Amino acid sequence: MSAQIFPRNANVIFMLSLIGLTLMSIGIIAALIGIYLSPWYTEVGDAKAQPIPFSHKHHVDELKIDCLYCHSTVEQAAHAGFPSTDTCMSCHSQIWTNSPLLEPARVSLQTGEPIVWNRIYDLPDFVFFNHSIHVAKGIGCASCHAGTDQQHLTAKAQALWMGWCLGCHRNPEEHIRPRDEIFNMAYNPLSLPLSERLALVAEYQIATDGRLTNCYACHR
Amino acid sequence: MSFPMSKSTIIRLAWLPLCLLLVACHTDMYDQPRYSANQPSDFFEDGRSMRPPPPNTVAMGTFDPNSAMFSGRLEGDLVAELPMELTAELLAHGQTRYNAFCAPCHGLTGAGNGVAAYRGGMQVPTLHDERLRTAPIGYYFDVITNGVNRMYSYAHRIPPEDRWAIAAYTRALQLSQYTVAEALHAEELAELP
Repeated sequence: MSAQIFPRNANVIFMLSLIGLTLMSIGIIAALIGIYLSPWYTEVGDAKAQPIPFSHKHHVDELKIDCLYCHSTVEQAAHAGFPSTDTCMSCHSQIWTNSPLLEPARVSLQTGEPIVWNRIYDLPDFVFFNHSIHVAKGIGCASCHAGTDQQHLTAKAQALWMGWCLGCHRNPEEHIRPRDEIFNMAYNPLSLPLSERLALVAEYQIATDGRLTNCYACHR
Repeated sequence: MSFPMSKSTIIRLAWLPLCLLLVACHTDMYDQPRYSANQPSDFFEDGRSMRPPPPNTVAMGTFDPNSAMFSGRLEGDLVAELPMELTAELLAHGQTRYNAFCAPCHGLTGAGNGVAAYRGGMQVPTLHDERLRTAPIGYYFDVITNGVNRMYSYAHRIPPEDRWAIAAYTRALQLSQYTVAEALHAEELAELP
């Protein structure tokens, strides 16, 4: 009589392993999705070190300097415009002139070597975002950069998921604001009744025929 | 496809998930071989991908850098007339530009008490004295374009049209602080202290 190859509980162990494997794969997938959505991966709220510890909180919220002062091409160009050393020094040639924190700006002005800042947002190259059209069509800075005016060191305010972009492209009336509130970081678009927001969408001539959700609107 | 599948069918289909995994790993479309704005470059000597125009570059075509519109001067003299139509929209636009670019030093009313002036302990001249009230409007364009004393040039941040809008708004600010009482309407006169 030959010995049995499998012990008596082999069937149970096999079934339990199958269940375990299934649960483990679900767990791994869930964990991967969790990592994908987490600030650890998206870098939302994760302030980057910069050559000069520039504070939006100080300049925007406390000193009330307009966004345009530094991001001066936001109304004309795809890129909001990163301030040159010259822009920093138009005040800091007079203010905080001995601050060691500003040494890189003074060196840059003297030598003409640009300050190399660390990029906060890096869209994939197949996405074409244009600041000027959003500002021209009544979308404010705070719609994407909410809370930047309260940050001591700049961090991402949004993960820039495609679904998040589409949310606004499907329902622009949720985010539209009057022209004179574009640069107001504290303005709440929902403070206007829906009817007035829809009127604004019409006034800005925002396409509501589905063109805004074409792949081609952003992917070229 | 009949069930149970033959072994060869299973082996052939087993490639499918592998293919899906492999194609998902490409990121070369994320970073294409072209420059984004402000991106550093290891190709150009100075490390910039945004190229400054070569020295002695001149404009082609109808652009005239010596016109009143782009220089604020005609034959060397500061112009006294706005080289564009004065409209309410131009003044409103000038107000937004003034508040963004000028108010940090000159203050929202032009009194020279902006937040940067205050923090830096700077004496910023008021726009409401005799010298500046009587200066030709081209003077404001010239100062924004070329800077004066400690004030930097704003030419690369403010396009010429907007500089004129600011100059026009400066005139409106000056009028707001220096108006003869007889020029006011009756109801405005009644509001005077």
